[in-house]
Amino acid sequence: MFEFSVGSLLNIAFVLGVVLVSAAMLIWVERRVLGFLSERLGPNRVGPFGILQSIADVGKLITKEDWIPPFADKLAFSVAPAIIPICMLLSFAVVPLAPGVGVMDLNIGVLWLLAMGGLAAYAAMLGGISSNNKFSLLGGLRAAGQTISYEVFMGISLLGVVILGDSFNLREIVESQRDGWFIIPQFVGFVVFTIAGLAETNRWPFDLAESESEIISGYNTEYSGMKFGLFFVGEYIGMFLMSMLIPVLFFGGWLAPFGWDIGPPIVSGLIWMTLKTSFWIFFFILARAALVRPRYDQLMNYGWLVMLPLSLLNLLITGAIVLYQGS
Amino acid sequence: MFKALGKQLYVLWSQVVTLALVGKHLFQKKDTVEYPDVMPYMFPRWRGRIILTRDPDGEERCVACNLCAVACPVDCIALQKTEDEHGRWYPEFFRINFSRCIMCGFCEEACPTHAIQLTPDFEMAEYVRQDMVWEKEHMLINGTGKYHDYNFYKIAGKSIGGKGKGEARNEKPPVDRRSLLP
Repeated sequence: MFEFSVGSLLNIAFVLGVVLVSAAMLIWVERRVLGFLSERLGPNRVGPFGILQSIADVGKLITKEDWIPPFADKLAFSVAPAIIPICMLLSFAVVPLAPGVGVMDLNIGVLWLLAMGGLAAYAAMLGGISSNNKFSLLGGLRAAGQTISYEVFMGISLLGVVILGDSFNLREIVESQRDGWFIIPQFVGFVVFTIAGLAETNRWPFDLAESESEIISGYNTEYSGMKFGLFFVGEYIGMFLMSMLIPVLFFGGWLAPFGWDIGPPIVSGLIWMTLKTSFWIFFFILARAALVRPRYDQLMNYGWLVMLPLSLLNLLITGAIVLYQGS
Repeated sequence: MFKALGKQLYVLWSQVVTLALVGKHLFQKKDTVEYPDVMPYMFPRWRGRIILTRDPDGEERCVACNLCAVACPVDCIALQKTEDEHGRWYPEFFRINFSRCIMCGFCEEACPTHAIQLTPDFEMAEYVRQDMVWEKEHMLINGTGKYHDYNFYKIAGKSIGGKGKGEARNEKPPVDRRSLLP
């Protein structure tokens, strides 16, 4: 029970702890980095460097009144916020953090990720519809449409990686990047996946589901207290997940670049994974600070008319080259 | 087709350029002034906490003319005129409700004797609303504020104890209207 291998209880607890603590810390990290990017300091009052800001924020959310509007569908309204953290946490089951660290080595890992990402759309959709509010409904519809359409070519862009890695198992995909990261042969796939990842997590610049300047707060307009907190934390877990998936799929996961290993493989793996994940978290925050939100029709056009053909082309060419080399 | 592809690539590249330009701000000097630790520079003409000043002789400048109370757009000033044994007018009470005051400075502009003045102090938060009602003894200072030499009764023609008609600065003695001689 206490051995440290993939799927042991200790390992599961470790991964869960890392994910939850990181997601909570992201509340603070995001505000702080956003502050720096706009030449402010961000929250730096609570604890050293404001590190305890997340605790203060969560304390505020928990003690707030948990109000269900009388016109809402009570059951769906209460269930919806729980869906998104559950789906996002389940996605982490297949993400390998380092050699021997991870919850499980599912041989359909990539499909599992896509399935969980698709299910997470239910949270926004149910929340939007059950709120019985036109802005929430619009937000929910947008979230559903956006998630489903970007899911399509997110999957297709991943197929290039799957062809090269010759596996749906994320751990084997990482291992197959030992002699070269997939960012080089799969650059188009990487670009498509990153854009789709931004859209999939409903983060800026693709935050059309809750675009504040148009539809108040979208699907979570009516939510307050910890129900809103679950949406909030779910979004951060999603962002953390995407920042881990991009390195795992395209940047060699825990593998050190140029053989710069530090200590034993598990330590080195964790350190490199942390560095790579931090970079992509920074990228997500930078994208929020810098990029402007497209209109909804622009988002859909971009998805179906640019990203989808691009990812199909990428898949076609990758497949042809692999077949040619294999013959 | 290649034209469309080139346009899409250009769009994507412009997003990357935006990211880089915004990312550069990470290393720039921060504009934030960490207020309670570092006090910001307050300009001398800042309209903050209201004070009542005294003339150079140490007497209250306020003559209770009520012009400030009339000028006040939110009606936060209340005062009552009274007179001392020398004939000087002064306010019996002078009350400003700072929970209403909008620091517009109209009272300072209206004041004919430079008695009421606004200062650069802005730290006036209170826990109890009633504490924001300030009386004369809270606002009266032992100085002249922004105008060091001005002394209303030394200039005005009104006679008070110790200063008769015609004794004010730049004032001629009163004309005897019953005499024809200049």
